[in-house]
Amino acid sequence: MNSLLFQLLQALLMVLLAPLVAGFLSTIKAHLQNRRGAGIMQPWRDIQKLFAKEVVLADHASWIFRFTPYIVFTATLMAASVVPALLVDTPLSLTADVIALVALLALARFFLSLAGMDIGTAFGGMGSSREMTFSALAEPAMLMSVLVLAIGAHSTNITTMITHTLTTPLLIQPSIAFALVAMLMIAVAETGRIPIDNPTTHLELTMIHEAMLLEYSGRHLALMEWASMVKLLLFTTLIIDLFMPWGIASEASLIGIVLALAIWLFKLMGLLIILAVFETSLAKLRLFEVPQYLGTAFVLSFLGLIIHYMLEVSV
Amino acid sequence: MLRILHQIMKVGTITEPLARNQDFEVLGEQLKSTVKKRFQGSLAIRLVDAGSCNGCELEIHAANNAYYDIERFGVHFTASPRFADMLLVTGPVSINMKTALEMTYDAMPAPKLVVAMGDCAINCGIFGQDNYAIAGSVSDIIPVDTIIHGCPPSPTALIQGILSTLNQPEG
Repeated sequence: MNSLLFQLLQALLMVLLAPLVAGFLSTIKAHLQNRRGAGIMQPWRDIQKLFAKEVVLADHASWIFRFTPYIVFTATLMAASVVPALLVDTPLSLTADVIALVALLALARFFLSLAGMDIGTAFGGMGSSREMTFSALAEPAMLMSVLVLAIGAHSTNITTMITHTLTTPLLIQPSIAFALVAMLMIAVAETGRIPIDNPTTHLELTMIHEAMLLEYSGRHLALMEWASMVKLLLFTTLIIDLFMPWGIASEASLIGIVLALAIWLFKLMGLLIILAVFETSLAKLRLFEVPQYLGTAFVLSFLGLIIHYMLEVSV
Repeated sequence: MLRILHQIMKVGTITEPLARNQDFEVLGEQLKSTVKKRFQGSLAIRLVDAGSCNGCELEIHAANNAYYDIERFGVHFTASPRFADMLLVTGPVSINMKTALEMTYDAMPAPKLVVAMGDCAINCGIFGQDNYAIAGSVSDIIPVDTIIHGCPPSPTALIQGILSTLNQPEG
C-alpha cells in the first residue's frame, strides 16, 4: 500500500516537474544567448493559458485527431511512471520493463503520426513521415543500447538493472561507455532537440515534431506540449537510472527519499546544462544526415555489446 | 564549438539594464502584469506579413533580440495561428494575401485579438489605397482591435501597442 502511494507520488512529481525542467532548459539557453529569457515558470504559464483557450478543429478532423492528445499524454505518463526516479522498486517499474517502456513511447508516436496526417495539411504529413523514418532507426538503437546493460544484469527490468549497477563494484566498463554515448545521441533525437529537430523553430520545412502539432489548439495543444516535456524528463531520468543511479533510495525511508530527490535533481540539472551547451553550440543537421547520425548510435551500441562479450564476460 | 562558447562567455548578458532604456523596461513590466491578468502570463503572437516592405519585420525581429528580449515579458511568437492569442499584421493587404489573412483569422482560437502594425497596415501608407495590387488596409479585411503608428514602429511602440490592446475592455 505504502509503495503504491509512493508510486503515485512519483508519477505526479514527474508530471508536475516536467514543465519546470523545460523552463530551466530554455532559461539556460537564453543565458547562453546573452538574454534573460522568460523564466523557469513560463512553460507552466503557457500550459495554463492553453487550457483556458477555445479548441479550434478543422472541418474534417476525425476522432483520431481529437483522441490523440489524450492517448499521447496517457501513454507518456505511463512510460514516465515506469521509470524509477527516487525509489528503486516501485510497483509499476517491477511489472513493466524497458521493452514495455519503448512500446509505450511507440504507441504515443503512432497516434501522433496518425494525427499529423489526419487533417491533411502538407506539413502534418511531412512531419509524420519524418518522425516515422527516424523512429524506425532510433528505436532499435535505443533497445540495443539498453540491452548492453540488460545482458550484464540478466534482465530487462529497470529495477533489476539499477540494483545490478548499485551492487557491482565500480569498474570502468568500456561497453557501458559505448552504450552511454549511444543513449545520449538517441535521447537527443527522441526528444526532438538540436541537432535533429529544433523545438523553437518557426520554419515549417525544418520541423519534425512541431509539424505534427501545427493544427492543434487549446487544451489539445497543452496536453501535447506537456507530453513532450514529460518525455524530456523521462529520457533524462532513464539515462540517470541506467548509467549513474548512485544516490537513488533503495528503501522507502523519509531521509533516503529526500536525499535521493536532491541527488536526482542535481544530476538532472547537470544533464540539462550539458544539453543546453550542446544545443547552443551546434547547428541543426541536414535532414539526410540524420539517418547517418542514428546509424552511428546503433553501431556504437552494437560495439558496446560486442565489447561486453569480448572483455567483460568471464568464461 | 569552443570558439562559439568562448564568444558567449566574452559577451555576457546584454539585455538592456533599466537605466539605459527606461521606456522599454517600464512598459515591459506593465506588459508583463497585463499579460498575466489577461492570458495567465503567456501571450502567443502570430505574425502575418500581408504585403509589407519588411521594415516592420526588422523591428519585430529587434524586439526578439538579446537587447530588447520581449520574451522575458511572457510574449512569444508562434509558428501556427492555432497556437496564437494575437494576430499581428504588417503591411497593406495585397490581393494575393487577402484570402490567407482571412483564413489565418478564422483559424485562431478565441479569445483572439488583432493588431495592425505600421502605417501601411492602417491606411496602406506609401503603397496607396488605389494601388492595383492592394485589396485594402487590414481593417477592410478583418476586424482590428488596435493600431500601432509608425513607419516602422520601434520595439517600444510595438510593446505600447500590445499593451493598449490588452488594456481594452474584453468582449
